[in-house]
Amino acid sequence: MSLILILEQVLNGLQFGVMLFLMAAGLTLVFGVMGLINLAHGALYMVGAFAAAAVAGWTGSFVLALMASLAAAAAAGALVEVTVIRRLYDRDHLDQVLATFALILIFSEGTRWLFGSFPLFLDVPSYLSGPVMLPGGIQYPLYRLAMIAIGLVVGAGLFWLIARTRIGVQIRAGEADREMIAALGVDISKLYTLVFALGAALAGLAGALVGAIQSVQVGMGEPVLILAFVVIVIGGIGSIKGALVGALLVGLTDTLGGVFLPRLFALMMEPENAASLGASLASMLIYILMAAVLLVRPSGLFGGSA
Amino acid sequence: MGRERIFNAGILLALLLVPLIAWKMDEPFLITLATKVTILALAGVGLNIALGLGGLVSLGHAAFFGIGGYAMGILASHAQNYEPLFSWPFLFEGSNQMPLIWLVAVVASAAAALVIGALSLRTSGVYFIMITLAFGQMLYYFTISWSAYGGEDGLSIWVRNEMPGVNTLDPIQFFAVTFVILCLTLWSAARVAQSAFGLALSAARQSEERVETVGLAPFKLRLMAFVISGAITGLAGALFADLNRFVSPTMLSWHTSGEIMIFVILGGVGRLYGPVVGAAVYILLEHFLGGISEYWQIFLGLLLLGMVLFARGGLIGALLGREVAHD
Repeated sequence: MSLILILEQVLNGLQFGVMLFLMAAGLTLVFGVMGLINLAHGALYMVGAFAAAAVAGWTGSFVLALMASLAAAAAAGALVEVTVIRRLYDRDHLDQVLATFALILIFSEGTRWLFGSFPLFLDVPSYLSGPVMLPGGIQYPLYRLAMIAIGLVVGAGLFWLIARTRIGVQIRAGEADREMIAALGVDISKLYTLVFALGAALAGLAGALVGAIQSVQVGMGEPVLILAFVVIVIGGIGSIKGALVGALLVGLTDTLGGVFLPRLFALMMEPENAASLGASLASMLIYILMAAVLLVRPSGLFGGSA
Repeated sequence: MGRERIFNAGILLALLLVPLIAWKMDEPFLITLATKVTILALAGVGLNIALGLGGLVSLGHAAFFGIGGYAMGILASHAQNYEPLFSWPFLFEGSNQMPLIWLVAVVASAAAALVIGALSLRTSGVYFIMITLAFGQMLYYFTISWSAYGGEDGLSIWVRNEMPGVNTLDPIQFFAVTFVILCLTLWSAARVAQSAFGLALSAARQSEERVETVGLAPFKLRLMAFVISGAITGLAGALFADLNRFVSPTMLSWHTSGEIMIFVILGGVGRLYGPVVGAAVYILLEHFLGGISEYWQIFLGLLLLGMVLFARGGLIGALLGREVAHD
């Protein structure tokens, strides 16, 4: 177990965590501002990935594909918000869960109808493929490094948007007291649509970026959605900072656990048992982490009183 | 209350008559379909105790459904392969006897519900939904990587398990077994709802503070409800696995949790017979829409969406009006 392997896995965990952050940020914003639990967030991730794969197929340009993912997911998000989601803000969580579950069914089957059941492939562009030499003699895929960079830049942009701009002030005010900012003359329904579309765009971007290293297929958003839930539960629902910390924690735990737990068990038992026990325990690790966090802080690391 | 009681009796009668007629006309597939409805309704009745009575929106009930299924799969696979399950403190070779399998399924899923409930009920609202979902996924991924019992491929059982005095291989007899269990469970669920415990639980859903003020502990009430609910859903899981003679991680996926919830909602939350109606409508839709279009789930999604947005009392509510909703 060399240091290089550890560093490589830390980078992998970081890359996974950053992608989870893009997913979790939208989820936590939507919950924080509108009080809505959105199961269909994973569907928007899928929409982004499919839009990117389709545009990359037509034009061959990866940059255009990423832009398409942002635009398509934001458009789908805005459409869904205006037609369905805005009727759910005053409803209880059960109604929100059901309605957004229904949206998943519609999105998944609709996508299957449009694109078929076979996975699509989105290629990493040539200028981002291949390994790159990092200081310390680590060879690391350039594309994954780019994912980390894009994720961090978008994340920084989001923090800037929330902390420094007028829209950000309105979003934060909406979290604190929505009647008040409506009374102050802010068009609250337009703000809601905007926040929802913003969250959707981030999810779509994550879908497109991940789609280039995995396959683009129906249902791809759901495992990520559930991980994003774990992230925001750990971080505290409604907190962007919590989403970032939670995402990195989950990304690192999952990646490092998957690689090192089997090896750790191999020190103590036969290799065959160690591999299977290590793998099953590793797949449960982030949920154990979540349970542990909740035992100490029931409303997450950065959550207020929920 | 009167109209709903007549309606309920009619539903139960229809669920009994359809397979009987199918049996007379020699249509075993219809009997199997009715058995499926019965078992899924049972799972829904289980969830309804947590969801309808306790107001606990659990999106992780597939875990208990799957635990019940795996209880059956593990016991029966050891029995069919003559491999002892354990040899200490006594030799146990697994079992193909339904009553024992049910007992193990109920105990195992109740124990899981106790642990998951004790952790999840520390939170409420959205946190509770997400945490039950996450625990469900945790067990889902565990079964996928559990290579000793088939991993992702699941476990097949060659012959349906046995029950003293009943030929379970005969579809109509197996249906009768599940139907009797459903009726007994419905009766017990009605008793629970009207017991002191059920009333206190209902009160805790409506106003936590008031229940605390009169000296009851909402946490304990809810945990109890969650355990009962998980145990019933686990029993349904064991029966479902026996119906298909197959158990796989799919039983634990969160789509299953969503489907069980859909049964409850389609029928009407908190209605005793809601899950029976919901499961029947769901299976009929799956069967008929599935025959018309490969993409039938789009219609299911639209129906569900319309239901949530416009008909909030579920199908029973739409048919009978909201006479039982007191809160």
